[in-house]
Amino acid sequence: MEYIFRILRYDPLKDERPSFQDYSFRTEEKMSVLEALMDIRNEQDSTLSFRYSCREAICGSCGMVINGKFDLACRAMVDSLKAPVIVIEPLPNLEIQKDLAVNMEPFFDAVHKIEPYVFSKKQVLEKGHRIEDKEMDKIFQYINCVLCGCCYSACPVVSRDEKYLGPAALAKLYRFIQDPRDERPFSNWSRVNTEGGVWGCDTVFKCNEVCPKEVRPADGIEALRRKLVVEKIKRIFRFKR
Amino acid sequence: MLSQDILVVGGGLAGLAAALVSDPQLNVAVLSKVHPLRSHSVAAQGGINAALGNNPEGRDDSWEKHAFDTIKGSDYLADQDIAELMCERAVSTIYELEHLGVPFSRFPGGVIAQRPFGGAGFPRTCYAADRTGLVILHTLYEQSIKRQVKFYNEWLVTKLVVKDGRCLGVVVYDLARGEVMPVKARAVIFATGGYGRVYQRTTNAFINHGSGIGIAYKAGIPLKDMEFVQFHPTSLYDTNILITEGARGEGGYLVNNKGKRFMEDYASSAMELAPRDIVARAIQTEIEKGNGFEDEYVYLDLRLLGEKKIKKRLPGIREICINFAGIDPVEKPIPIQPAQHYSMGGIDVNAQCASIVEGFYAAGECACISIHGANRLGGNSLLDTVVFGKIAGEEASKAVKGSKELKDDEKMLLDEALGMKKKIQEWQTKDSGERVHRLLNRLKVIMSDRVGMFRNKKDLSKAMEKISEIRDDYKRIYISGQCLRYSQELVNIIEFDSMLDLAEVITLGALNREETRGSHFRVDFKDRNDKDWLKHTLVTLKDGKPRVSYKNVNISKYEPKVRTY
Ligand SMILES: Cc1cc2nc3c(=O)[nH]c(=O)nc-3n(C[C@H](O)[C@H](O)[C@H](O)COP(=O)(O)OP(=O)(O)OC[C@H]3O[C@@H](n4cnc5c(N)ncnc54)[C@H](O)[C@@H]3O)c2cc1C
Repeated sequence: MEYIFRILRYDPLKDERPSFQDYSFRTEEKMSVLEALMDIRNEQDSTLSFRYSCREAICGSCGMVINGKFDLACRAMVDSLKAPVIVIEPLPNLEIQKDLAVNMEPFFDAVHKIEPYVFSKKQVLEKGHRIEDKEMDKIFQYINCVLCGCCYSACPVVSRDEKYLGPAALAKLYRFIQDPRDERPFSNWSRVNTEGGVWGCDTVFKCNEVCPKEVRPADGIEALRRKLVVEKIKRIFRFKR
Repeated sequence: MLSQDILVVGGGLAGLAAALVSDPQLNVAVLSKVHPLRSHSVAAQGGINAALGNNPEGRDDSWEKHAFDTIKGSDYLADQDIAELMCERAVSTIYELEHLGVPFSRFPGGVIAQRPFGGAGFPRTCYAADRTGLVILHTLYEQSIKRQVKFYNEWLVTKLVVKDGRCLGVVVYDLARGEVMPVKARAVIFATGGYGRVYQRTTNAFINHGSGIGIAYKAGIPLKDMEFVQFHPTSLYDTNILITEGARGEGGYLVNNKGKRFMEDYASSAMELAPRDIVARAIQTEIEKGNGFEDEYVYLDLRLLGEKKIKKRLPGIREICINFAGIDPVEKPIPIQPAQHYSMGGIDVNAQCASIVEGFYAAGECACISIHGANRLGGNSLLDTVVFGKIAGEEASKAVKGSKELKDDEKMLLDEALGMKKKIQEWQTKDSGERVHRLLNRLKVIMSDRVGMFRNKKDLSKAMEKISEIRDDYKRIYISGQCLRYSQELVNIIEFDSMLDLAEVITLGALNREETRGSHFRVDFKDRNDKDWLKHTLVTLKDGKPRVSYKNVNISKYEPKVRTY
């Protein structure tokens, strides 16, 4: 099959604005978009930049937009796109550093802001915590998150409000609150009781739709909202007593 | 000039473990060519070993038995005191990881679940479904955020600078800015992982070029036991993505084109759960005998586990099979073939993770202490990275606190950085010559064809010749693209220099070692020979040439015996 790879190119230090460049590419083999990009880089244009690592959809390096769809390039197969022209763009909502490599810092900053670690005052327990598997199941979908940034990029709220923490960070917070080992105080997580936090979400569920790892970040955001409301009510009653 | 007390190179498990225990009063940073979470550790699937005794079948397990299995699995080339050290620390290491938030799978009663793995007398592999690497790496990363560890991401180390037997720092290429510069450090810890991509078929990430090992070698530090290259029995046919040993641990079978569970001919008691070297050779032998499919693969059949168990315990494997092979293991057997997986050998360091160069340490897959000897057991590498990553961090901290800062070492660092810049300019000014991806493709084929699972003198000698031809061609390398920002071509050119060294050292060690031990199988010397070869290979770069020497193995408790499974 003969394909045209139409790739968005941009070097902010040299170019006035991003522009598409076409590369023709032939293959009869089953291969991933990532492998095709590597081939194009090797054989046609070594200045083409993009990130990658594991090639098995677990490291989260190669998120991009492929024919309008958010995906990890290593897991998108060229033939299954069923299109002669394959348009490749970097993740939106993040500044382009070079071609398909974007600045992931705002995304990671948001994740770091929610203090993404288990709060525990205890010493290491000699035999570890006792936790039933069904407790672990509750956080299971969230620990599948590979922090690729697809959801953050696709989120319409992020694109208009840079203060919004975004789906991955909020879902991660929910993962910790649900973890039976986590002892973070209400004062910590109630900080997301704002427009920059859980109430910013438009509930258009773009994040659920684009996640390449089948995490449903919006589930976490909605659950956080419910938890906040319940906790608030509990507190009012406690106060009255 | 940027200056650190401790500079950890590598943001995988070993690197993060080292950074987390380093003395908080010191100025510590982690430098990595990719964001830490993109390190290959994230892909580990099956689990991490410790004799917790949580599995009903594992009640009688103990760290001593774990140590014995490790030593036996190593074909007695492991240093026994080191294997004991690791296994003794395993139990507290797992509980510590659990405390930090690793979401391990659980058994009823809430204890950490454990599954059987190859070469282990008891089920002692702790896991989080089949995403153990992901959850441990993310947990240690989370802890580094908590501890505010300083990260320099997307910086590639190109050189280790050593003066009079003392490490001064490194030279780096900063991908985002496209610039080369020196970084001064009182102690440097390499946690740079493996070199899988030196081979054609490998389970390793695209980025696993092994340059850290090569850079240490170039700086005069010996490499140990490099001829011991682990081939994993079960990688997905064609893409060679790993299918965890946990799949067999959960009960999966290997079958050939006659529908036979052929492992009964090779390891009648351990069957599919014999150590990796044995199972990998068995599969390859079946394929070569014509008992495979398309002369390329055999089947790993998980159907007998049933849909529920596959979805619960091996969801990642199912996802991989569906995504990358269009096969649902609930319904169909998985086509698998052996592929390079792990490096038992590495930078020669002692039990403190210290090398012969003062201030230079190594831990994780890039290091060889030696724990895994001639064959590593599944589940022991993750353990190794955390246990010895910590030791490296602690030892480097102690050494830095007990030493004075050197004042007059900046000139050499600046000179070395300048040297690197000049080299890059030379590659840039040429507009024809060799392209790095073509050289790499040639090298990979040689390594897979001639320095693979079955070795002989003729092939190994030929490989030495071919590697040296490629080395000559490498002198004519050039950069075809003019932009140095995010230039993967430049990264590859720099790392390829190391890959050539690694290929040569692996092949040389294999050529000299005229015996069969663990992963190193010599068709022309089929037996283990303890009299002459119960020793570690050391290869040191002297005057531009590799020099081979040997070192005794520490045998403290267990006399070498014939391995049967
Ligand atoms: C698919 C797969 C599954 C596995 N599953 C298991 C398992 O279930 N259980 C088990 O025990 N073991 C498993 N292993 C083995 C184990 O995962 C690895 O050996 C281990 O994770 C290596 O960790 P590390 O920290 O040493 O290196 P890595 O995680 O590979 O990290 C290396 C780091 O060094 C950096 N780096 C490298 N070179 C340079 C340079 N020149 N400059 C700057 N930075 C550099 C990289 O960016 C990276 O951050 C598996 C291996 C594979 C391939």
